Amino acid sequence: MPQKVILAEEDIRRALTRIAHEIVERNHGCDGLVFIGMRTRGVPLARRIAEAIREFEGVEIPVGALDIGLYRDDISSMAWHPPIRPTIIPIDIRGKSVILVDDVLFTGRSTRAAMDAIIDFGRPLSIQLAVLVDRGHRELPIRADYVGKNMPTAMDEDVAVRLKETDGRDEVAIIRSD
Amino acid sequence: MRTTKQQELPEAVPSLEAKPSRRRHILDLDDFTRDEIEFVFETADAMKEVLEREIKKVPTLRGKTLVTLFYEPSTRTRVSFEQAAKNLSADVINLSASGSSVEKGESLIDTARTLQALGADIIVMRHYHAGAPYLIAQHVAVSVINGGDGCHAHPTQGLLDLYTIREHLGTIDGAKVVIIGDILHSRVARSNIWGLTRMGAEVILCAPPTLVPVGLGAPAFPVVTVEPSLDRALKGADVIMPLRLQKERQKGGLLPTLREYIQFYQLDSRRLSLAKPDALVLHPGPMNEGIEITPEVAHGAQSVIEEQVTKGVAVRMALLYLLVGGAE
Repeated sequence: MPQKVILAEEDIRRALTRIAHEIVERNHGCDGLVFIGMRTRGVPLARRIAEAIREFEGVEIPVGALDIGLYRDDISSMAWHPPIRPTIIPIDIRGKSVILVDDVLFTGRSTRAAMDAIIDFGRPLSIQLAVLVDRGHRELPIRADYVGKNMPTAMDEDVAVRLKETDGRDEVAIIRSD
Repeated sequence: MRTTKQQELPEAVPSLEAKPSRRRHILDLDDFTRDEIEFVFETADAMKEVLEREIKKVPTLRGKTLVTLFYEPSTRTRVSFEQAAKNLSADVINLSASGSSVEKGESLIDTARTLQALGADIIVMRHYHAGAPYLIAQHVAVSVINGGDGCHAHPTQGLLDLYTIREHLGTIDGAKVVIIGDILHSRVARSNIWGLTRMGAEVILCAPPTLVPVGLGAPAFPVVTVEPSLDRALKGADVIMPLRLQKERQKGGLLPTLREYIQFYQLDSRRLSLAKPDALVLHPGPMNEGIEITPEVAHGAQSVIEEQVTKGVAVRMALLYLLVGGAE
């Protein structure tokens, strides 16, 4: 399958650094921020953004991990169930600004599931969404607050986000199905 | 500026390359692969986290109906399934043989078909005859879970026992597990033997010869050791599982006297000290304290008996999740 690399390692690093600055700017500092990465690749991305903020602001922001498997709207129609991992919410999120982090924003259904899951843990002050790639084709009224790269795609294309923590290298590629 | 201590996150490395195929029924552990059991464990880990939340409810099985159909008394299995289903937002209907049309003579298959027509998605069934859940599984399209059939199998109890052992020992592989007492009548023992041996444990059965079933071992059954002396069996044990002496199933003649059984097979503090110092004590419940186990051991530091009950909810949530759904 032919694939085209859209973001290389350096591009990913720059995009995440920019997102880190935008988050601090938009929230007027780091008070009350919590990062929640969506499993699997949202978690290392959330850690990297938190690490960037620690470097330039000197503040450590808590990072959690969320598995949306139990909140999906298509469980009944799946041929097999993906493994579900524990959700870890490191602090009480009531009154906090939750920054949800995911690798790819596509239909918006995962984001919907993630918001439902977060709200089950308490009522945050706000939920904001940071994604490395926005590939379009939304099926729900959802948009990202912070985007690494807007990447127009066709429905039959696949976006592959590879990260050192999970895949051994950093890159984002578009895979064509032909 | 406020700094919050970072909680250590486990690495998000996707394991389990092999995707276990969707299973329709859970009837016994003899057809579970090692991968599938691991998959249940991992899912149960996630369910355990749900049980630690303030709001212990996720919407996963919304709109699904679970029916518990019990022809025999039960406390923990039935309540545990009900709790598990409700935590996953399923609706639960409890049916016992007394007070239902079963008393009017409705057959097993007709009862199951009626439940299916009423919209059941999963039937958890306990029956005093071995094989009853297998029979209805052949006649209905819904998923059937064996909640205990006669002296045959009790797979969900087996899985929760395995899960409890794994939680404490880290792995079941290589563990020495001693099962004591009324093995002849124990569906829990049978399911445990399948599961434990599949996961690499060494299983030792310790009982008076009259309470050991005939025909154990290869080829029909996994290889286990039978050791009639409890003192010898316990040496070096990692896990000890005394079984309830099933007085209601004793037809007489199997034991000379209860006193003699207690003398030779009761797990007490002295005998417990023969096992490894941190050996776990499990019991599928309900216990006859003072018969197969002394109260000191049952409620002592090495006992994980109450924990088994809590873990049972997480394991059953995992099983319900894995069963429901699926366009084949």
